[in-house]
Amino acid sequence: MTAPVYKKKDFMSDQLVRWCPGCGDYSILSQVQTVLASLGRPREEFAVISGIGCSSRFPYYMNTYGFHTLHGRAPAFATGLKVTRPELSVWMVTGDGDALSIGGNHLIHLFRRNVDLNVMLFNNRIYGLTKGQYSPTSEIGKKTKSSPMGSLEEPFNPLALALGAGASYVARSVDVFTQHLRDQLAAADTHRGTSFLEIYQNCNIFNDGAFTGFTDRGVRDERVLYLEPGQPLVWGTEQRKGLVLDGLKLKVVDVGDDVSHVLVHDPSNRTLATMLVALDGSGDTPVPVGLFYKEERATYDGAFQAQVAEARQKLGNGELAKLIDAGDTWTV
Amino acid sequence: MTQSAANVVIRFAGDSGDGMQLVGGQFTRTTALAGNDLATLPDFPAEIRAPAGTREGVSGFQIHFASHDIFTPGDETDALVAMNAAALVTNLPRLRAGGLVIVNSDGFSAGDLTKARLQTSPLEDDTLAGYRSVPTPITTLTRNAVEELGLSTKEADRCKNFFALGMVYWVYGRDLAPTEAWLTAKFSKKPVVLQANLNALRAGRNYAQTIELFQDTWEVPKADFAPGRYRNITGNTALAIGLAAAAQKTGQTLFYGSYPITPASDILHALAPFKHYGVTTFQAEDEIAAVCAAIGASYGGNIGVTGTSGPGVALKGEAIGLAVMAELPLVVICVQRGGPSTGLPTKTEQADLLQALYGRNGEAPVAVIAPSSPSDCFRTAIEAVKFAVEAMVPCFILSDGYIGNGAEPWPLPDLDALPDITPAFRTDPEGFLPYERDPETLSRPWAIPGTPGMEHRIGGLEKEDGTGNVSYDPKNHQHMCEVRAAKVQKLQRFIPPTAIHGDDEGVLVVGWGGTWGAIRSGVDACRKEGLKVAQIHLRNLNPLPADLGDILKRYDRVLVPELNLGQLVKVLRDAYLVDARSFCKIQGQPFLTREIADAIRQEAAR
Repeated sequence: MTAPVYKKKDFMSDQLVRWCPGCGDYSILSQVQTVLASLGRPREEFAVISGIGCSSRFPYYMNTYGFHTLHGRAPAFATGLKVTRPELSVWMVTGDGDALSIGGNHLIHLFRRNVDLNVMLFNNRIYGLTKGQYSPTSEIGKKTKSSPMGSLEEPFNPLALALGAGASYVARSVDVFTQHLRDQLAAADTHRGTSFLEIYQNCNIFNDGAFTGFTDRGVRDERVLYLEPGQPLVWGTEQRKGLVLDGLKLKVVDVGDDVSHVLVHDPSNRTLATMLVALDGSGDTPVPVGLFYKEERATYDGAFQAQVAEARQKLGNGELAKLIDAGDTWTV
Repeated sequence: MTQSAANVVIRFAGDSGDGMQLVGGQFTRTTALAGNDLATLPDFPAEIRAPAGTREGVSGFQIHFASHDIFTPGDETDALVAMNAAALVTNLPRLRAGGLVIVNSDGFSAGDLTKARLQTSPLEDDTLAGYRSVPTPITTLTRNAVEELGLSTKEADRCKNFFALGMVYWVYGRDLAPTEAWLTAKFSKKPVVLQANLNALRAGRNYAQTIELFQDTWEVPKADFAPGRYRNITGNTALAIGLAAAAQKTGQTLFYGSYPITPASDILHALAPFKHYGVTTFQAEDEIAAVCAAIGASYGGNIGVTGTSGPGVALKGEAIGLAVMAELPLVVICVQRGGPSTGLPTKTEQADLLQALYGRNGEAPVAVIAPSSPSDCFRTAIEAVKFAVEAMVPCFILSDGYIGNGAEPWPLPDLDALPDITPAFRTDPEGFLPYERDPETLSRPWAIPGTPGMEHRIGGLEKEDGTGNVSYDPKNHQHMCEVRAAKVQKLQRFIPPTAIHGDDEGVLVVGWGGTWGAIRSGVDACRKEGLKVAQIHLRNLNPLPADLGDILKRYDRVLVPELNLGQLVKVLRDAYLVDARSFCKIQGQPFLTREIADAIRQEAAR
């Protein structure tokens, strides 16, 4: 059977998109529609599952199967669907409040179980749909309607949380890095297991410019480290800056003419990933984007179905009459 | 000499680590195989091992068995086995005057008495006057019986429950063989432990026979069961088997999402090995994930089921509302326990009726069915799946700790007579609308991901009828609220006419759920006295049976006994403007027959 050929518009639903004009979600939606159309999979095999929040309106705009569920609970719905229909390509959409605050418990258990689905976390570091309260990724001291004197809370680092919870695939992209985002979406889809993609997303109403310090075209090259497996960890004008190991810490150096002393990116190296996710652009450090960590291990849905198959192979298809006529039985 | 008795109630009581539930289960099994009708009441503390020897740590197991139909585990006990001082003093009040009490006299040391908060030993004061007591050094005799096997004292003492069981078996003329066979299977890989327990069991029986302290032994003739095949079963097991049967009836996999909670965990344990029957189980990270995963599975075309107790239902409320809105099938099992909050985890109660009916935000109607006995759980499970699938709606099963853990003989059902369950799967994309309703059932099609040409979106936002698009239209919202309620109401088509037991005038006793047996016994007792009394027992709480209003109006008095502070009574008054009176008990224990009978007499005399 030949793979179906789709255009982006085949993945656009007939519903009016209702995000604020200028929202970063528009770009993400466009890239997702483009990438899903390109994967060569029948459209009916895609299911988009979301929680609650601005980002979670996403399924309504995709011409696929979609389920807009409960605040924070999308991982549980997606798990139930994926173990039931392992042949589906399940894409989960969530935000920083949805995934990391009300849904934190479900997210870490999703990572631990390694259910084979793709998680897109739109991180805008603010609550948008409820009109501008600080979120679990807002910086300490953030002044909002609910924190007029500044937020008291240390923010989560979503990628560090994912690594700590045992995620098998940890990556990051940015709403306005359109080509990079498409590449990361397509790459996430190839991973068997929970693919976690954090997407920095600008909320131009309640937290405008949260990421412009490294996403603006003028500074982007100087501040962003594009992670490429097998390539040296270098960035900046003419790739002059690089990361080396200084004891057990990363250090930024001027590369000079010889890149051989610079660390080479290896997404299978958990220790390196742990150091890379800690880089936040402060001081002379870059903001890394791309694939931080990837590990091949059994998926929950695969193992779940394997147990069913094993039970049927060992015990045959269960007969109801035998199930009932068992235990402490007698005849009168 | 052997005497004949029509019915006997025995209670085994000891520390929660003494294995009383185990020997109670063995006695139940043997009794079922001997052909008696029976009902059981496990009664244990929430702590796995409460401090040994204390009153709080006492674990009891009561069994009522008879040569005739019985409906309850019995009010008073005829015989008590007490393994220590605390077990004796906490259970003696339920022993009838002149009843038999087998006491482990090794459980009355000074330390045991202190832990039981006793000044003097009940073996030495007049506590046991008026009973036939048989003090027996059960611990010592058990150690002697297993001495040759070289066990540690601790290991030897673990067999003393079987010594006690052996004694009871002799008193009631029971065959040791079923228990010997069970022990042999259980300890096939531990021959020393097997031999020790067999020694203890046989030594107990022989000791009882030898000492001639028992003036009489008792025989309870076989009950007059209808011919057929029977199985001794608890409510939780019957629910699990019923769910597996429903899976086979629909031809779909049944997905059970659950988080461990007393007293519902046994359903998860029972279903987990049923993979080859088309049942999958998912132990979730919490109650919310359990129900959400079940809804996700229903979205994918499985029969989504979640099981819990009252505290779990409180957590699942928002998700159940989503299943109402998304119009997906979902079965929610609530094995009720004492509440509120953590309450009395191992004790029974019926206080989650209003939570099941109304415990969600917004107008969120669901179907509610309550099994009336352990074996009735089988039929209830199939009905609940049928309701959920055919109306695309959540359906509650309101069981309780008493019928969940209690056992009774179950006449094995005729599998060909089970109701058909017909899911409304839609695969034809021509003219497909996600919320297009069947005009008869008002149910929407079940279109599962993976079906070509029917991609659509659902969710918790209000839907436009037909298209399923998000809608804020005021009139559409009212229409949708009304149609979701009407859809549930239409399930009345599956409810048979209400059975009336008893007279057609006088006091009508209306119950629901696990109180059926006690109410039946109380009603029959009053009718024997000449009172005009009738019983109806509701299995369907939403929708209610179509004929209920007419029946209620035919009686002068309506009495509603419940193990809560009056919940069904509110529903009946609301639905039918009937002057129903409430009779409430909320002590973590089932009704006694005489409590129901007293309430009927008072109502009749009012």
